[in-house]
Amino acid sequence: MPNYTIFVPRLLTKRENFAPGHRACIGCGEALAVRLACKAMGQNIIVVNATGCMEIVASQLPYTSWRVPWIHTLFENTAAVASGIEAGLKVMMRKRRMATQEINVVAMAGDGGTADIGIQALSGAMERGHDFLYLCFDNEAYMNTGIQRSSATPFGASTTTSPAGKVSIGQFSWKKDMPAIAAAHNIPYVATACPSYPFDLIEKVKKGLKVKGPAYVHILSVCPTGWRCATELTIKIGRLAVETGIFPLYEVENGRYKMSLKPDKLRPVNEYMKLQRRFRHLSEKTIKQIGQRVGEEYGKLLEKAA
Amino acid sequence: MAQRLGMEVSVALGEAVKLADADVIAAYPITPQTHIVEHLAELVADGELDAEYIPVESEHSAMSACLGAAASGARTFTASAGQGLELMHEVLYVASSMRLPIVMAVVNRALSAPLSVWGDHSDAMAVRDTGWIQLFTENGQDVVDQVLCAFRIAEDRRVLLPVMIHLDGFHLSHVIEPITLPEQTQVEQFLGTNQYPLPLHPNKPVAMGDFGPPFIYTETKWAQEVNLRKSKEVVLECWQEFGRTFKRHYQPVEGYHSEDARVLLLTMGSFSETAMTAIERMRQNGQEVGLIRLRLWRPFPFSEVRRAVKNAELLIVLDRAISFGGPGGPVCSEIRSALYNQEKRPKIVSFVGGLGGRDITVDGFEQIITRGIEIGQKGSEQEFEIFGVRE
Repeated sequence: MPNYTIFVPRLLTKRENFAPGHRACIGCGEALAVRLACKAMGQNIIVVNATGCMEIVASQLPYTSWRVPWIHTLFENTAAVASGIEAGLKVMMRKRRMATQEINVVAMAGDGGTADIGIQALSGAMERGHDFLYLCFDNEAYMNTGIQRSSATPFGASTTTSPAGKVSIGQFSWKKDMPAIAAAHNIPYVATACPSYPFDLIEKVKKGLKVKGPAYVHILSVCPTGWRCATELTIKIGRLAVETGIFPLYEVENGRYKMSLKPDKLRPVNEYMKLQRRFRHLSEKTIKQIGQRVGEEYGKLLEKAA
Repeated sequence: MAQRLGMEVSVALGEAVKLADADVIAAYPITPQTHIVEHLAELVADGELDAEYIPVESEHSAMSACLGAAASGARTFTASAGQGLELMHEVLYVASSMRLPIVMAVVNRALSAPLSVWGDHSDAMAVRDTGWIQLFTENGQDVVDQVLCAFRIAEDRRVLLPVMIHLDGFHLSHVIEPITLPEQTQVEQFLGTNQYPLPLHPNKPVAMGDFGPPFIYTETKWAQEVNLRKSKEVVLECWQEFGRTFKRHYQPVEGYHSEDARVLLLTMGSFSETAMTAIERMRQNGQEVGLIRLRLWRPFPFSEVRRAVKNAELLIVLDRAISFGGPGGPVCSEIRSALYNQEKRPKIVSFVGGLGGRDITVDGFEQIITRGIEIGQKGSEQEFEIFGVRE
């Protein structure tokens, strides 16, 4: 591992297109991910933002944190709005109604806006092949409205609508595999990332921007407020998600899977889970069961990437 | 010279969108709107219209893609009907609130259940308060002309609002009528190009669609209301200019033998033409009846409506939608409230009819007027009557 601290100032732009002063919670992994993605993308972009944390914390009238063109309309239609912008730019450049230049359209949404309510619009936009990058910032629940479960909430996590109780284990279903769904659309680029690995994230966002056609990057965003963990542990918990195999980092380029990081041995899932109070009610037996499932899924992924 | 040709109204509508040289069309098929979007898809496929046709996966996405296209500065068109219009409901508010000049044809259709693909105004009434400029049309020529006017009105810098053109499903959309398509050069001159003032572009970053806490939300809504009301001047100006250029003239409220009539019938949309025939026949029999047709639905033409009915003793309003458990037809409610504070005002009788594609014939309109006069004299226990229903 090279000593990045020496090179970082030269590797990254100092310009913040997602400017400070927004209202994200202390320790927000998602704001960090957006900031890094913005550093990767430069200024020739148009951002389409779904309703959610990042929209609410950064865009209260009459202020904005966005130093690039930005639009928010609704919750579930982000990919459709992006389709319209991409088509509009394309036809107006073709008809010489605007100067021809490279402008990248980037859609951003949370896990609810992507895996639940927005999945139809996203599937449609990917199937039609629009040239755009879709970033899913996954904090594993509806955090903006107060920690309600989504289909991306992990098994066993206690949320306000999947609370652990005398007869409930918490989240009753296994996390929806959204990157696999994106990959099933046979789009040129799919990847997973986490701001705990900033240069990996930046490289993937850049790659996604570069490919012709739809690209999808799924970014695990640690949420201390919703996961009920210490705010200074955001980076560490993100790393543990990857090192335990719970959230593996990989790419799918033109259908070919490739692991971005392959630890020699996975850490036990409990190292990740014990730092978060959303899992504290789980018995050892359940944690073992989760560990088994994580191992199986990880194995399947390795096979695909072999 | 522009030729008068027989063509299906839906096809003519598509030709009008081509004449307007639309940039982006995003649409999802729904009966009875399909012939419009099929024709547009053909025009794009044959290279006759240079546009991006986005075959979206739902109406919600159709209107959402239109938001994006219009925000990027493209001339944007879509069409829908009935359930489709309902599915895009929340997006309609965003289009008007964010001042995006989208033009949409709504081929009026009944709402489920039971499923009905046929026409009435239930879909139109459900989107009444979405902040769009809304026009009702009576015949194929009217449809073509209003599509051209709609782009000019929507994109006018003083307006920047989306425009909805209502045409009756099947009764108007699927009939073949003699229609004159204007010359391309004339249309280009009439419309100009879309110059959206603040499009999304990296050269000049803008943030669109911030969230509005209580300290500012009311102000944004009031600004929107003032803007929609003021758009009436531009609508009138556009119709005047259209009349000068193309020699066809339109008004927010149009009369037919209405000046001296003691009894007036009020209708919207293509049924007005049947109603005219009924009025003609009744006048030949010596009855002092007339017709008022409401063309501009939003912004509501208060002064024109008041002027149009000022000499009448009785006003019969025919709605093609029900406000369930309410005062009757939604159009009638609005007419009543527009006239309530007038010192001299006609008695008002509310009828609902023509639901889910059921026709109202010339005889039918005669019956409505005759029964309306009877209710006007004797009164009625009911808030409204539903025409031709089997109980």
